[in-house]
Amino acid sequence: MIHTPSTLSVVVFALFVASTLGLSFYFAAKTKSAAGYFAAGGQIHWFVNGVAFAGDYLSAASFLGICGLVAFYGYDGFLYSIGYLAGWVVALFVVAEPLKRLGKYTFADALNSKFQSRGITLSAGISTLVVSIFYLIPQMVGAGALIKPLLGFSHEAGVVMVGVIVVLIVATAGMVSTTYVQFIKGSLLVVFSGILTGLILFRGLSVDDSPESLQPQTILTQKDGTKIVNGNPLGRGVGISELRPVGHIRKLPDGRRTTGPLSPASYLATLQRSEIVTWKKEVTQTESGELVRYIPQVTPGEKLLRPGNSPTFKGLQTNSLLARLDFISLMLALFGGTASLPHILIRYYTVKNQSAARLSTVVGIAVIGCFYVLTLFLGLGAMTSGTLDLTDSNMAAPLLAKSFNETLFAVISAIAFTTVLGTVSGLIVASSGAVVHDLMTSVMRIEMSDHSKVRVGKIAAVLVGIVAIILGILFKGMNASFLVGWAFSVAASANLPSLMMLLFWKQTTKQGITAAIFVGMLSSLTWILLSAETFEKVYKFSAAQAAEFSWVPFSQPGLITIPLGFLTLVAVSLATQTSQVSKQESLVGL
Amino acid sequence: MAGLEHRATYPVAPEDEILASRNARYGMVLFVTYLLFYGSFVVISAFWPEVMAYDALFGVNLAVTYGFSLIAAAMILALVYAWLCREK
Repeated sequence: MIHTPSTLSVVVFALFVASTLGLSFYFAAKTKSAAGYFAAGGQIHWFVNGVAFAGDYLSAASFLGICGLVAFYGYDGFLYSIGYLAGWVVALFVVAEPLKRLGKYTFADALNSKFQSRGITLSAGISTLVVSIFYLIPQMVGAGALIKPLLGFSHEAGVVMVGVIVVLIVATAGMVSTTYVQFIKGSLLVVFSGILTGLILFRGLSVDDSPESLQPQTILTQKDGTKIVNGNPLGRGVGISELRPVGHIRKLPDGRRTTGPLSPASYLATLQRSEIVTWKKEVTQTESGELVRYIPQVTPGEKLLRPGNSPTFKGLQTNSLLARLDFISLMLALFGGTASLPHILIRYYTVKNQSAARLSTVVGIAVIGCFYVLTLFLGLGAMTSGTLDLTDSNMAAPLLAKSFNETLFAVISAIAFTTVLGTVSGLIVASSGAVVHDLMTSVMRIEMSDHSKVRVGKIAAVLVGIVAIILGILFKGMNASFLVGWAFSVAASANLPSLMMLLFWKQTTKQGITAAIFVGMLSSLTWILLSAETFEKVYKFSAAQAAEFSWVPFSQPGLITIPLGFLTLVAVSLATQTSQVSKQESLVGL
Repeated sequence: MAGLEHRATYPVAPEDEILASRNARYGMVLFVTYLLFYGSFVVISAFWPEVMAYDALFGVNLAVTYGFSLIAAAMILALVYAWLCREK
């Protein structure tokens, strides 16, 4: 599809982003020191902090990715909403308070508080870097998906633009995701998503049974790079064409043509009994080049509103054991992933006491939960709005907003964009922190003055930014939430075993932790890189070839690699118990 | 540059050990409760997906109803936790 920008959208977007950035710089300038930053945090009301939680956590993956998955595949996208939120239960009930009692607030700090081990620092530092980069990819992909319909730029140009802005911010002023800015972003994201959901319900559902809505579409990318879309060169005008937007209802219950406004329950119940045109993608290599065919299929709504309609989980409907294991694996990774993300728990501690911390987490969970309920309606609204771009599921939510109102579209894109800026900045800062503090200072024992540390940190930030840009371009078209699912799998495999066992098993040794982190991280990464999904979507093999070449039986590693991390930790800890006991004996002079 | 220094100190209020143990027990009970609810959802969806198509509430199927219930349960249990852990 070709997207043309409107002046109003661009102006509203630019004003919104500029004011959010302006606020960030203002607060960053006021809080000169880290202590000053956290002292301010200690005075913040638990409600404000709670909404800031949501603003911090909800990224492009949630807004763009989940809506896109639901729009294209139905309920399987909503599984991510359920899993992401369930992860907060692990974080709140199991991990947060014991971690705070250790007096430490990040994964790496907590591990090192007990052991002071270079091995742990090395493994935790690398784990932070790897997970941060995996988390960065979908944000950059999401940014490209936002810029395209808004400004008409290519995906690549959008990714470069975001990368350059963020690197400039991080390397010069150092944007701090302050509680105030995150509170504003969190509130606006939920409020405007609520407005969009209200508009979807008010518009109701209508039938489009025109012959065109059931015509297959094709893109032929010729060997010289030019594209032929639906038989004509890509473009707008006579003799040239572009992909038609899609997303139509073929049939409503009781033969109706339109429903008018609907309540949330009626909307879902009506869709369940409708027939909707969904699209299947087939890629083949021909003599003229790569041919992508989009084939329309009339799908009953009841199939779309239960698990098993996406390519990832369609095996659920066919009694395939491997598909079931794949599904359980993903849900386990999402459940264990939130608490395992390197810096997700920091905001839990920026209030003055335990009671305020708990209340702010309750508010955070409530806001995030409400938002995730809305994602189902946003996705289904996009599925039936006739605005979907077949080449990119990440654009479903912005294009849906555009179908209602240009200003709403501009505001929602701006909110999503500033969310991406905030998340990407935070991740780049976390990665460069891991490089400077963990890898260079603690492990490699490179002596640096504070001034040098900041300078090296900025260079590391630029390098990570460049890597993020390259990966954001390479992973174009992949759904943002799907990519974050991978990050969760690596985080849960690498970090969760160490975190849980450190908190709850006294016989954990430093060797056990180091081994568990490395084994969990390497096994989950290897699994992902050798899976059928990666062969198809990243290495660009056909589905049949990908199934043949993949080394692993299913694509989501969590079911195997998370327990593997636990087993490794237990085995290595038990094997290194003697050295721990001997050291303790020698310490007390035995 | 704030943020690079992830070892900064945070304001910490002192905590009663007995209260902390009590809260940890509450947390574990609530966690296990949610785990059973979530685990059942995962197992039913994996092994009996046709059950998820049954109508549940207001004409909406079990898959969607159960999904919304999981989200609601997380919010409710978080509230229960905050209430249980209050200092008496």
